Amino acid sequence: MEKLLKLLRNNARLTNAELAVMLDKSEAQIAADIEKLEKDGVITGYTAIIDETVYDPASITAMIELKVTPQSQSGYDDIARSIASYEQVDSVRLMSGAYDILVSVTGSNIREISRFVAENLAAIDAVQSTTTHFLLRSYKVNGIVTDPEDTDERGLIFP
Amino acid sequence: MIDYKKALSPTICNMKPSGIRKFFDIAQQLEGVISLGVGEPDFKTPWIVRQEAIKVLEKGRTSYTANAGLADLRQEISAYFKRRIGVEYDPKDEIIVTVGGSEGIDLCLRSVISAGDEVLIVEPSFVCYSPIVSLCGGVPVPIETKAEDEFRLTAQELREKITDKTKLLVLPYPNNPTGAVMRREDLEAIAEVLKDTNILVLSDEIYSELTYSGKHVSIASLDDMRERTIVINGFSKAYAMTGWRLGIAAAPREIISQMLKLHQYAIMSSPTVSQFAAITALRECDDDIVKMRDEYDMRRRYLVDAFNKLGLDCFTPQGAFYVFPCIRSTGLSSTDFCEKLVYSKKVAVVPGNAFGECGEGFIRVSYAYSLNHLREAIKRIGEFLEELKNGTVQ
Repeated sequence: MEKLLKLLRNNARLTNAELAVMLDKSEAQIAADIEKLEKDGVITGYTAIIDETVYDPASITAMIELKVTPQSQSGYDDIARSIASYEQVDSVRLMSGAYDILVSVTGSNIREISRFVAENLAAIDAVQSTTTHFLLRSYKVNGIVTDPEDTDERGLIFP
Repeated sequence: MIDYKKALSPTICNMKPSGIRKFFDIAQQLEGVISLGVGEPDFKTPWIVRQEAIKVLEKGRTSYTANAGLADLRQEISAYFKRRIGVEYDPKDEIIVTVGGSEGIDLCLRSVISAGDEVLIVEPSFVCYSPIVSLCGGVPVPIETKAEDEFRLTAQELREKITDKTKLLVLPYPNNPTGAVMRREDLEAIAEVLKDTNILVLSDEIYSELTYSGKHVSIASLDDMRERTIVINGFSKAYAMTGWRLGIAAAPREIISQMLKLHQYAIMSSPTVSQFAAITALRECDDDIVKMRDEYDMRRRYLVDAFNKLGLDCFTPQGAFYVFPCIRSTGLSSTDFCEKLVYSKKVAVVPGNAFGECGEGFIRVSYAYSLNHLREAIKRIGEFLEELKNGTVQ
């Protein structure tokens, strides 16, 4: 399973036939393995890694740290879930350390993000403070190196 | 004006440059070529090894080492051989740390060969053996291995080539370019032929850690063979340390003491920073080897399957990081195939005949590349074969 996951992490579009060859299993076995991983909740989805700066150079991504007062019944869960329900939110994570919740948001411009932070995040009663960091450049995303500088320095042909 | 023809050694001037040089030049001048042509890992040296080198530099440990290499490193190498191939070499005087496996090969050949000696060279194989043998005045005698034998050396083929003048057998397994390995029983048959002779064996085991089914067996570990075998290994392939230029030569002290003289005069000692880093590699990086091998293994399976599906027969190699598909079905020579492929689809692979005449009809494809890179290359090769069939190659 470990090798299967590694391959899928790197490229979820590999066909079952390709995976079967590489892992020396039958296609049916691969299909069953993947189904089990999905059923067990190990694989929760498949997505494309999109470089937003190429797709829409004006777009902007922000990581927003939130300090939150936990609620008496639900702790952080209700607040985190309500933030996660916004479409422009890419990820919501509860963190240990100096702040509590890390939210990543992509918007078409800086004003859109400011407004979202002010109106949708800071306005939540339990949110004590927000710190917004704008993404400048990605070098590696989900294990995929996205930095074009990271080229193969080896020669083309070598015995 | 100086006449360089007269000034330089005719032996060197007449030495053929490596067969892939011309092809390299073509690939180099084209834009956007994707290559499957290299003979070195795509992994970076394990970080812990690089870190050790940084530390060593910070401490300023930049002087020469003992000629044969750092005592601690030789100790680790000795332990490595014992653990990996079950052969004991005295770290004191049976091991030399060389500048890459290549230097070990050079030392060995120059220490063994006199004018007129015949050296049996298993082919296809790495390109350096023959030229150095010739340089020493020896006579390279190729032993051709065949796809139907999975490119293994057979006892019969060996026996047929042995004469009174045979001095040395070059045994390069796991093999570059075919990916073939010699199993224990194959080696036992070879040992049987050699054991009552004075013929030495240069066992080039640089790819030993990249063996995919079962464990690598060194011919030195067989009965009566340690005394006649020079084992060449190194850090380049196993630990992804090509640029560090560090290899190993191990043999009985009677042989090593002669090789060491050459090493002293030609090299003095191998790169010091690399040597310190190599100690860390041997002590700490067994897990990294396994990780890299697992990754290569998946790519190997992918490529063998892909080439066979494309109609280029490809035997399943059990070692190194190359596949060696047969391209005879296209009706092209190896060189034509590679040139057309690089011009029309910008994929660089190496013609099999660069590794000996019997490599004609094959191409060497390296899988020291990411899977996504390999898939793109296979897609292009598939288009190329289709266009060849339809006569529409650009």
